Amino acid sequence: MAVGKEIRNQIRSVKNTQKITRAMEMVAASKMRKAQDRMAASRPYSEKIRNVIAHLAHAHPEYRHSYMKDRDVKRVGFIIVSTDRGLCGGLNANMFRRTLRNLREWNEQGAGIDLCTIGSKGYSFFRRLGSNVVAHTSHLGDAPRVEDLIGTVKVMLEAFDEGKIDRLYVVYNKFVNTMTQDPQTVQLLPIEKDENVELEHHWDYIYEPEAKEVLTDLLTRYIESLVYQAAVENTACEQAARMVAMKAASDNAGDMIDDLALAYNKARQAAITQELSEIVSGAAAV
Amino acid sequence: MAMTMHVDIVSAEAEIFSGPALMVFAPAVMGEVGIMPRHTPLLTKLKPGEVRVVKPDNEEEYFYVSSGMLEILPQGVTVLSDTALRATDIDEAAALQAKERAEKELADNKDDIDYARAEAELAEAIAKIQTIKNIKKKLGKA
Repeated sequence: MAVGKEIRNQIRSVKNTQKITRAMEMVAASKMRKAQDRMAASRPYSEKIRNVIAHLAHAHPEYRHSYMKDRDVKRVGFIIVSTDRGLCGGLNANMFRRTLRNLREWNEQGAGIDLCTIGSKGYSFFRRLGSNVVAHTSHLGDAPRVEDLIGTVKVMLEAFDEGKIDRLYVVYNKFVNTMTQDPQTVQLLPIEKDENVELEHHWDYIYEPEAKEVLTDLLTRYIESLVYQAAVENTACEQAARMVAMKAASDNAGDMIDDLALAYNKARQAAITQELSEIVSGAAAV
Repeated sequence: MAMTMHVDIVSAEAEIFSGPALMVFAPAVMGEVGIMPRHTPLLTKLKPGEVRVVKPDNEEEYFYVSSGMLEILPQGVTVLSDTALRATDIDEAAALQAKERAEKELADNKDDIDYARAEAELAEAIAKIQTIKNIKKKLGKA
């Protein structure tokens, strides 16, 4: 029967799309779980370093590393962590919108802005806007490595050392739960002193080699670990957002298939009814 | 029972070891150090080498660290291991690469901008065709 061939074709193509979105949903779900594990695994390192730094700051109140000194803000650096690929709902768009508002505020205060992007979505977005992107890394994959981030972070740290930027932020999506991802802007430099930690004891480390060198190394690693955490957390968010987006797409495809099936059946029924009435009226005419 | 201390070996990507130990050996930049419980607080850099942990059952465990930091407190030892080989010139090279990427893709990005423009033009053309179709329909009916 020739009736509804187009509808049948359409149903088939929607079904194929649904298969793809379903598969992507499941892949994202398993990747999200792994990304969450990675998130948890990276925490002890930065916590340990934070403890040591807090201790150092207390043991040497007179000595301040340049990373800890507040200075007048003439130029601000942003490290923006975004995804490499799309199909993850409004994850990137929400973050970019929030960041743009932030950038505009700095602009109004007369501060220049340097950007460093991690992930290709952020790169192409801020490039198109004509922002000053000084460093970029992308294609970190599902398991970002600290190694891949060292370069980009170093560019920003150097800029801070040379006084090109006076403040450094990292922007990423915080993983709240599967349904919620919250864009965050966290200040990296200067390092904000944790006033809550009140250390009782008054003793100091022996440093090998000098305190300054050890501290510089420690602070660099601390910043790197924070950026790494941001990258890992953003991957978890990406997978969660993709999972939700693909689930919605699969559901929508299901609805569409139902509607199309209904239309197809109606058309088929109408054709049958018409044929019958033709036969009946033909018989009546005889 | 012999005195033990708590040992943590962590890297930015994972927790490698955590548990009690009798003694720890680590490759500090100024020479290898052996640490026993109640050591005086010390903070030092590590060079590539082996961290050896003597566990309470006298069994030894070995870990390779490419470099990192070592924090010693009387009650325990923390090894902050680097996951990557670190050296000033390697870091420098990585930074240069990151800068180059930002500049290089600017050139490639022209395609992206062209793409966006093409997309806009396409949308416009589709809208035009749609309007023409609608007009034709009306004329055909009239």
